[in-house]
Amino acid sequence: MQINDLLNHTSEWLKGTGPNSDIVISSRIRLARNLSKYPFPHWANKSQLDGVLDDIKAAVAKIDMLKSSTLFVLGELDSIDKQFLVERHLMSIEHTQKTEKKALLVDDEEIIAVMINEEDHLRIQLMQSGFNLFEAWSIINRLDDELGKLLDYAYLDDFGYLTACPTNTGTGMRGSVMLHLPALVMSRQIERVLAAVSKLSFTTRGLYGEGTQASGNFFQISNQVSLGHSEDEIIENINGLIRQIIEQEAQARQILLSKNRTILEDRINRSFGILKSARIITSQETIELLSMVRLGSDLGMFKDIDRRTINELFITTQPAHLQKIENKKLSSDERDLKRAELIRKKLNLI
Amino acid sequence: MLCDICGKNPATVHLTEIIDEQMNELHLCEECARTKSSAMEQQFGLSDLLAGMVDFEQKNKEEGVPAVKCPNCGLTYADFKKIGRLGCGQCYNVFRQYLAPLLKRIHGSSQHVGKSPVRRAKAAATASAAVVGAATEAPPAPAVSKRKSGLQELKAKLAKAIEKEAFEEAARLRDQIRAMENKKAKE
Repeated sequence: MQINDLLNHTSEWLKGTGPNSDIVISSRIRLARNLSKYPFPHWANKSQLDGVLDDIKAAVAKIDMLKSSTLFVLGELDSIDKQFLVERHLMSIEHTQKTEKKALLVDDEEIIAVMINEEDHLRIQLMQSGFNLFEAWSIINRLDDELGKLLDYAYLDDFGYLTACPTNTGTGMRGSVMLHLPALVMSRQIERVLAAVSKLSFTTRGLYGEGTQASGNFFQISNQVSLGHSEDEIIENINGLIRQIIEQEAQARQILLSKNRTILEDRINRSFGILKSARIITSQETIELLSMVRLGSDLGMFKDIDRRTINELFITTQPAHLQKIENKKLSSDERDLKRAELIRKKLNLI
Repeated sequence: MLCDICGKNPATVHLTEIIDEQMNELHLCEECARTKSSAMEQQFGLSDLLAGMVDFEQKNKEEGVPAVKCPNCGLTYADFKKIGRLGCGQCYNVFRQYLAPLLKRIHGSSQHVGKSPVRRAKAAATASAAVVGAATEAPPAPAVSKRKSGLQELKAKLAKAIEKEAFEEAARLRDQIRAMENKKAKE
């Protein structure tokens, strides 16, 4: 697989399928793992990092689950390609920096993405569409077992899996669920919900993970604690919280529909109108308007638009994606033009 | 009554700790109580992490703990405080006595419950225990490897700890037993 092949492919997490997919975009789990014989990446020298990469490559080649995957060496990619992989949520922003000896392994379906030599030797990630953490766990657990048969992980009985940062020690697991919560935002209940989330030691992040702002009514909620609870317990805890948030969002949507139907329909249709006719549009405005159109689609207002088309637009209108589609570097102004063009093309076809 | 921690000075501070609905009683002298209270601030977020580490630095100076260095990767505890990252798996053994309370602050626990690797790396888990002993004053006994020792053994140790009024030890054992029992129930 080449990076460009991804352009014509819909990532698993964008498919708009799976349980509760009207409110939950995707579920993901990542496991942090390190090889016992090398220092952690930030403390290792080049030959040690090479050793890590070689050992992992050798293990990957023997694992059936990874047969249809491709390894990208970050040092060989240009900045647009790297940004492109971040936009697809296959890797972190941190992984685009100081790229020597860093690599990314992606399977053809974009379900599995393994960052090599990021903060830890291995950051194994698994993506699922909709509200599906247990399914994600069952797959990633199997993959982790396969890798663990071939690689000596750094592990202690009392501290669990050992990670560069003590905030990930223990299970090394972070489960996160990406939610679309426009009704809670519109009805100004979101602050209350997010305050409760952080009180329960969960973290809220934006679309692009750590350090990013929530935009377009998207919120990513994940566990903070990784030690002292089993993987199943951690997932059950996240699930319990997410189920409540889903219920509140669904309720808020119903209240908006029954009490403010016209105002809501007006806002959604205006958003759709702008997207279908704009000639210049920024990515921020795009995300906000698409969020409204997605809500309209979830509420059955646009029978002909499928969720997948809208989900894809969230990603294909991002800067690196536009530049990959056009196959050249574009300035910010040029991108705003091309973005509007792409959206018109996709939405007016419907 | 003498202080539960130092066992030298008379206990004048009586402390009740409630963790996960479990109650612990501690009887401390004034000096130990002061140290303890700084270690007790709980539920640290990421941003508090570094600030928390500074607390440890002061504590270490007071106790005159020598600079500890990981013999495997060369990272010192000072390096860790500066960059917030450990150097290698063995650092966890070398800095165990500082990391256990830190992990407890971050996660509310310092005892892993959950899966373990299919293939176990022997070297990383055991090699540096002797070095720790040499480099620092007597470290706390390495936490009992719970999967190896049976539930019965832990319960016996708990009974002994309670008899000795070693409450911190007892609380740790109790948590381990609870974790094991939970795990068993699940299986």
